[in-house]
Amino acid sequence: MVDLKTNFSVLGISDLKTWFPIRRGILSRTVGYTRAVDGVSLNIKQGEILGLVGESGCGKTTLARTIVKLDPAKSGSILFEGNDILTTKGGNIRSLRQNIQIIFQDPFSSLNPRMTVIDTLTEGLIEHKMIPNRQKKDKALQLLNDVAMDSDSLYRYPHEFSGGQRQRISIARAISMKPKLIICDEAVSALDVSIQAQVINLLIDLKNKHKLSYLFISHDLSVVSYIADKTAVMYLGQIVENADTADIINKPLHPYTQALISDVPRIGENKDKRTILKGDVPSASNPPPGCRFHPRCPIGVQKCTTDVPRLENKGNNHFVSCHLV
Amino acid sequence: MEKLLDIKDLSISFKTDEGTIHAIDKVFFSINKGEVLGLVGESGCGKSVTSMSVLRLIASPPGNIDSGKIIFDNKDLLSIPIEELKKIRGKFISMIFQEPMTALSPLHCVGNQLVETLQFHGNIDYKKAWEIGEQWLHNIGIGDPGKNMYAYPFQLSGGMSQRVMIAMALMLDPKLIIADEPTTALDVTIQAQIFDLMREMKKKDTSLLLITHNMGIIWEMCDRVAVMYAGEIVEIGTIKGIFQEPLHPYTQALLNSIPSISIKREKLKSIPGQVPSPFNYPKGCRFQDRCNYTFDKCRKEHPDLEKINDRQARCFLVKNK
Repeated sequence: MVDLKTNFSVLGISDLKTWFPIRRGILSRTVGYTRAVDGVSLNIKQGEILGLVGESGCGKTTLARTIVKLDPAKSGSILFEGNDILTTKGGNIRSLRQNIQIIFQDPFSSLNPRMTVIDTLTEGLIEHKMIPNRQKKDKALQLLNDVAMDSDSLYRYPHEFSGGQRQRISIARAISMKPKLIICDEAVSALDVSIQAQVINLLIDLKNKHKLSYLFISHDLSVVSYIADKTAVMYLGQIVENADTADIINKPLHPYTQALISDVPRIGENKDKRTILKGDVPSASNPPPGCRFHPRCPIGVQKCTTDVPRLENKGNNHFVSCHLV
Repeated sequence: MEKLLDIKDLSISFKTDEGTIHAIDKVFFSINKGEVLGLVGESGCGKSVTSMSVLRLIASPPGNIDSGKIIFDNKDLLSIPIEELKKIRGKFISMIFQEPMTALSPLHCVGNQLVETLQFHGNIDYKKAWEIGEQWLHNIGIGDPGKNMYAYPFQLSGGMSQRVMIAMALMLDPKLIIADEPTTALDVTIQAQIFDLMREMKKKDTSLLLITHNMGIIWEMCDRVAVMYAGEIVEIGTIKGIFQEPLHPYTQALLNSIPSISIKREKLKSIPGQVPSPFNYPKGCRFQDRCNYTFDKCRKEHPDLEKINDRQARCFLVKNK
């Protein structure tokens, strides 16, 4: 695999594999694996926003869940500030959980419906003994202020808020722990455009204020192109292209990235210069041999059906895995 | 231009335990033959209620049509007997829903669902109907249609079930298709495939009412667009007009708040605040609390739609432009 520089990085993932066993029969023997994440290497620097895009089912969320140890990895390593998350045990996991926070897509199911806002925001702080009980209210008010919400929200329950406000509460909860890295898993996808813009602006402001790094996962390329410094494109459990966002948008090299970008409806442009891909994403339990994209690739050649392409640097840290580039 | 569908002054309310919700208020628009009209707005603004009411799919109670007419082919769809409406549903006006997984029956295979539609609207034997269904699956690009006719919806991916829905909608060559967020649940690559299909049917002079919250889709697919906010139409116009010079402050704000795929790092212009609660719309203009141009009159009087050339907008400031 490609050796990405891990200097000055907050998070360095190399050759990570998360496979889920498929069990059959009365002895529930493992008959195969769903290769949700299959050899991913990524690097996030301090203060950087890394966008991760791909179609549904390509493994974006599994990657996020593996980083926070919600799903078990099969092999590979995830270095957070030099320590491997996968081998971290016991009490050290607690400090890890404090430093890496995650914001989920659906603000309706990610907040506890029986906890008031003040409890939701300070639960982690008190659990980690970061503040004494008497500072609870001050701290919660300050957090609400950070995400531009009224102080009268303190003693209200999640059901009293709209989707946009709930997502703000989720963000406030994430920053309360003073993390170094926040994983945003489709954090703005469920919101209306006018609210989406508010939340995106908020995320950027908070990043600058608290010197955060984000792993920003989304299927919406226009949102990622707006917020991310670097962008990685994922297809069937693997990274197929990884470069500066400007390079990805302006001169995508991989045919999949090209199709993905051309398919985004955009205002004011000619509607007919599209690459329309055939078919759906194949199953991750039985990925095609050779290049995983070859059954849908508009320019594939014989070699693509047999040889697996490697992620290679094509200059200016533009990594792409395609035989034809 | 010949009007195919004409919605006049349609108001619908819902009775709930907490009070009456005025979901849509005096909505009117028309669709010409062969035209694609986009209906755009945020969640809860009444887009879906409007589209469902055309085929009388609003459950009553709790829903109630307070006023209005929906004229299709010189008939008021709201007052004709239900038996007559059933002949129109599917054959003359068909509908594509947002969630293909819940819109298809989980208990019947795809083939039987296609055959049912064909047999309901025409005197046709089962074998012939099955062949037509299979041909349609082929037409919309589903591989191995012979085998997939026997598939149940849970065996298909989201994109494939949406294509089955589209086949069902196109099969009887309707005059009007209502598509309610047809691609919102799908990936962009699949979305592009679906739009390709929809453009094909536009060539056959079929009209389309396309409901979406995505302005990019409106630009790609539509001839005209109606913008809804808090249960009302706030602006109607041609695509070119609306995108080049939006008249209503809400349309302007909506267009400004979309992140575009090009790289420019200015701050997104978000719309402050949120949509007012449908239980309690403010007196005067419903956009007053979020608008940059609000003045005294906006808080006291409710603006009517002002007609300017081929455009209409619900704002006091439009005349001065």
